[in-house]
Amino acid sequence: MFVSLNWLKNYVDIDNISSEQLAEKITKSGIEVEGIEYVAEASSNVVVGYVQSCEKHPNADKLNLCQVDTGDEELQIICGAPNVAQGQKVAVAKPGAVLPGNVKIKKAKLRGVESQGMICSLQELGIEEKFVPKEFAEGIFVFPEDAEVGADARELLNLDDAILELGLTPNRADAMSMLGVAYETSAILDTPVKLPDESVNLSSEQAADYVSVTVEDAELNPYYGAFVIKDVKVKNSPLWMRNYLIAAGIRPINNVVDITNYVLLEYGQPLHAFDYDRFGSKEIVVRRAHDKETITTLDDQERELYSNHLVITNGQEPTAIAGVMGGADSEVSEQTKTVLLEAAYFSPAAVRQSSKDHGLRSESSTRFEKGVDPERVKRAGLRACQLLSEYADGIILQGPVEFDELNCTEATVEVSTEKVNERLGTEITSDEISDILRKLHFGFKANDGIFIVTVPTRRGDITLFEDMVEEIARIYGYDNLPYTLPAGAGQAGGLTSRQSLKREIKHYMEGAGLMEAITYSLTSKERAETLVSPEIREHATQSIRLSMPMSEEHSNLRLSILPELLASFSYNTARKQANLAYYEIGTVFVSPVAEKLTEQPRELLRVAGAVTGDWLLHPMQQEKKQADFFLVKGIVEGLLDKLGITATFKQAKLEGMHPGRTAQVYLGEQSIGFLGQLHPSLQQSYDLKDTYVFDLDMEALLGQTNNEPDFSKIPRYPSVSRDIALVVDQEIPAGDIKATIVEKAGALLKDVQVFDVYQGEHLQAGKKSIAFSLFYQDPERTLKDEEVEASYQAILSAVEKNHQAELRG
Amino acid sequence: MRERLQALKEEALAKVDQADTLNELQDIKVAYLGKKGPITEVLRGMGKLSKEERPVIGELANKVRETIAGELDAKKEKLEARELEEKLEKETIDVTLPGRPVTLGGPHLLTSIVEEIEDLFIGMGFEVREGPEVETDYYNFEALNLPKGHPARDMQDSFYITEELLMRTHTSPVQARTMGKYQGSKPVKMICPGKVYRRDTDDATHSHQFTQVEGLYVDRNVRMSDLKGVLNRFAKQMFGEEREIRLRPSFFPFTEPSVEMDISCKVCHGEGCSVCKGTGWIEILGGGMVHPRVLEMAGYDSKEYTGFAFGMGPERIAMLKYGVDDIRHFYTNDIRFLKQYHKA
Ligand SMILES: [Zn+2]
Repeated sequence: MFVSLNWLKNYVDIDNISSEQLAEKITKSGIEVEGIEYVAEASSNVVVGYVQSCEKHPNADKLNLCQVDTGDEELQIICGAPNVAQGQKVAVAKPGAVLPGNVKIKKAKLRGVESQGMICSLQELGIEEKFVPKEFAEGIFVFPEDAEVGADARELLNLDDAILELGLTPNRADAMSMLGVAYETSAILDTPVKLPDESVNLSSEQAADYVSVTVEDAELNPYYGAFVIKDVKVKNSPLWMRNYLIAAGIRPINNVVDITNYVLLEYGQPLHAFDYDRFGSKEIVVRRAHDKETITTLDDQERELYSNHLVITNGQEPTAIAGVMGGADSEVSEQTKTVLLEAAYFSPAAVRQSSKDHGLRSESSTRFEKGVDPERVKRAGLRACQLLSEYADGIILQGPVEFDELNCTEATVEVSTEKVNERLGTEITSDEISDILRKLHFGFKANDGIFIVTVPTRRGDITLFEDMVEEIARIYGYDNLPYTLPAGAGQAGGLTSRQSLKREIKHYMEGAGLMEAITYSLTSKERAETLVSPEIREHATQSIRLSMPMSEEHSNLRLSILPELLASFSYNTARKQANLAYYEIGTVFVSPVAEKLTEQPRELLRVAGAVTGDWLLHPMQQEKKQADFFLVKGIVEGLLDKLGITATFKQAKLEGMHPGRTAQVYLGEQSIGFLGQLHPSLQQSYDLKDTYVFDLDMEALLGQTNNEPDFSKIPRYPSVSRDIALVVDQEIPAGDIKATIVEKAGALLKDVQVFDVYQGEHLQAGKKSIAFSLFYQDPERTLKDEEVEASYQAILSAVEKNHQAELRG
Repeated sequence: MRERLQALKEEALAKVDQADTLNELQDIKVAYLGKKGPITEVLRGMGKLSKEERPVIGELANKVRETIAGELDAKKEKLEARELEEKLEKETIDVTLPGRPVTLGGPHLLTSIVEEIEDLFIGMGFEVREGPEVETDYYNFEALNLPKGHPARDMQDSFYITEELLMRTHTSPVQARTMGKYQGSKPVKMICPGKVYRRDTDDATHSHQFTQVEGLYVDRNVRMSDLKGVLNRFAKQMFGEEREIRLRPSFFPFTEPSVEMDISCKVCHGEGCSVCKGTGWIEILGGGMVHPRVLEMAGYDSKEYTGFAFGMGPERIAMLKYGVDDIRHFYTNDIRFLKQYHKA
């Protein structure tokens, strides 16, 4: 809502306050002033001039040579505007004038003839093109005849007017009108409100002889008032009205249209003017549209209607979409003689539906959608009649013809001084509350600290005690509320163990050298379904799709964090940042069906990471180690170790991953993720060099954790270590042999580590040698050599049997 | 013989004194104390001595031995120390050369901000709660006093999946869920951080995905002044003791009265500048007293219980606190951006 302060001055006295101070006060009381603008940028030395003569320029066809009287001097001005003519009153920028955009006007010679200034268009005076009335759009502006020669044009055109831009919250529909803003200002400044003149002289004729009103659905249209105005002269509206409309951001058209717009802004009540003679009948019937009925609206669009759209008809066909837009056939034009003026209350839901379906949002529809003040509907019609009689020479017929089932009852709300103070934590007195209610122009009965408040219908947002508490608090001033801390017995706040553990996992990842990234959960269908861990894939074959995505880039809910993480790698490598190590903890969305979900998907927390480029880099020492499989595996193992989780790694073939360099991670039989090298072709699609990734089920990690420190088990007896080097077929995974060792070694074996893998010289082709260190320990006593030897022999025979392993000689 | 021993001693000690390497010392040791050395020889010739003289000479010979051995050891230690010193000297490196870099990661700026907010509110007795990112229409809207067709739903155009499921547009549904679980049986004091989604085209100030932290305190006798006190404490801890707060009336369907909180501008201290668009204040969060309908829907008697709620955007806080100028930075994960903001 744009509020012209000059316009506002017609209703409340704001002469003693600067526009900045007023803006601040309004903001602090609840309606945010988002900015203060002026109708036009500053200009100076522009006055009203009278064009005494206007002749063709002797040396140029398209230029005119004008003699202009500016009151104190007569100026010869060359003007190229097509509409300049003798006898006009125009805006003259005298030599020395400065126009918006810092255009300085000087005397100049044009084609050999001197020009002493410039005759201005509205655009040149700083008015936006879209608000300039059409008749002046291609030329200079012409003042009405009564403009005084020599007067300040800036003032006459209201160019200095300050405009407050109000950011209205949905509850404050009342402030979508000048009167509403006047009431608000009145409450804040404690000054009276002057209401506009609604008195009209009526002719002896009855509107009812000209038109009838039938409403078929009172719920959607509880009030319809039809005013008939005869002998209307369609012409320009008065300059002041055009000025205010421009200030409010509406282009002036003609007096009839301007008056409906003016009253719309003044009262917040949309009106519609039909050309009575083109309406098509003498009956107004408001009804739901018939399916597939059509109407051509004012913007010359043919629109198809359905039964959820409310229309105004002439008994036969629609003449307007109620509250949204009128029909082209009955539009007011220069030829209009009799105006049929509609002042109605249409239900917010009905207007919202039509406005949404037809993509039509207007000053009118936005007000109906929020609910107009029922008490002001008819008054707005009367106000328009008053203006039509004064500025369009209209004769107002007795009326209006009405359908009226509108509820104008004022809500009552009870508040007590005690309860108000209890809720706010204040010590406001009953007298202060009375005073606040008076400023708000709310009626009330007070008795011993209890108030029965009658809320004016313009404030339909106030129905509850709490609403009234807010009214009292905002006028009392939020600044005046004390600062207190809750008195209730304080509970100890804190993180749950799961939340703490999540933080610990983050710290581990960061300590391990990974940077935390946060990517989008909504991604393309392709990415959403790439690099999905087997245990996720098992429960979701497809990703969930939004019903109306904004773009295909963000259309589906991810099943894996990795694709967007890799996309961020692409972003970085394209910017010459080649060494990257990221992790992300986030949700993936798992549902057995991708469409028509009947319940919420399961949201599973994952921790994923990716590494590419150089890991260890110390050029001075010629050290440069690229990220590799064992780097990410080490990170994962470290995490599992930190969490006290024993997992196994199995060779795996997963889509998008290197077929020989991928491990699936298991907790017992349950898959909890994977790690490895990206498949070169996937890598290439992201424009990346060798990249290693991991993706783990955080739920499993958080659920399985056993990281309670256990101090009792610090060993007191020395451990014994033995090495064993085995020669096996190349294909046999070390993990399998290790598993056999762990299984057969007995309880004394505490740890097994691979410390060497070798293939090549001195070994048969197709064979490799793997060396393990075995660590034995008994917490209760010193080990005997025989015990270790027995275990060693058991291991040896088991690996010989299970893996055809031979002891390396 | 006595003279001979004395002479041997002098001779040996002089050699020890002159010796300059461990090898020389070893030679001296072998030469004088070895089995074929002169002292052994002297002792062998003791048979010629009288009974009385024998022990005396014997003792003298041992003393000479010991003295020489002692000196040898002392000298050895000295030479060894010197040798080590020389060796270390040769190992000198240029200590001004750069060290081997440690690969350290770090948290995302948003995580740092969220954890900071969490910790501040934990300090005031709040718990941290999480909830689903795909919400039901009921918890996202209806339970928060936004019935279907409510005009305020316009304020947050949403990503729907089905008519009943959508990407949550705020984290308030977590509050509704928590209250709904307790059904009025006990007070609730919680904050809920998380990702939220709205139908916005990504640009410098909009992101279709962003982060919110919302807070809720429901108990008997919760006052609006408590909200002001808690938010004031939060603002001072988060932004600095010198910052002032200001509450303005606002509107949210789930609170009444509603507030918008501003903090005084860091740049101009309230004078007005380009950062605060001339107002001296910067909008930081919204909140209010929990709407009675929200309490009732979750099974709390609004005559008995009152509460306050608030919500803020960590992106906005990060942008204000660290001067991040484009919200997209939080989601493009440019390594140069991520590295800039390591928690101190
Ligand atoms: Zn500032």
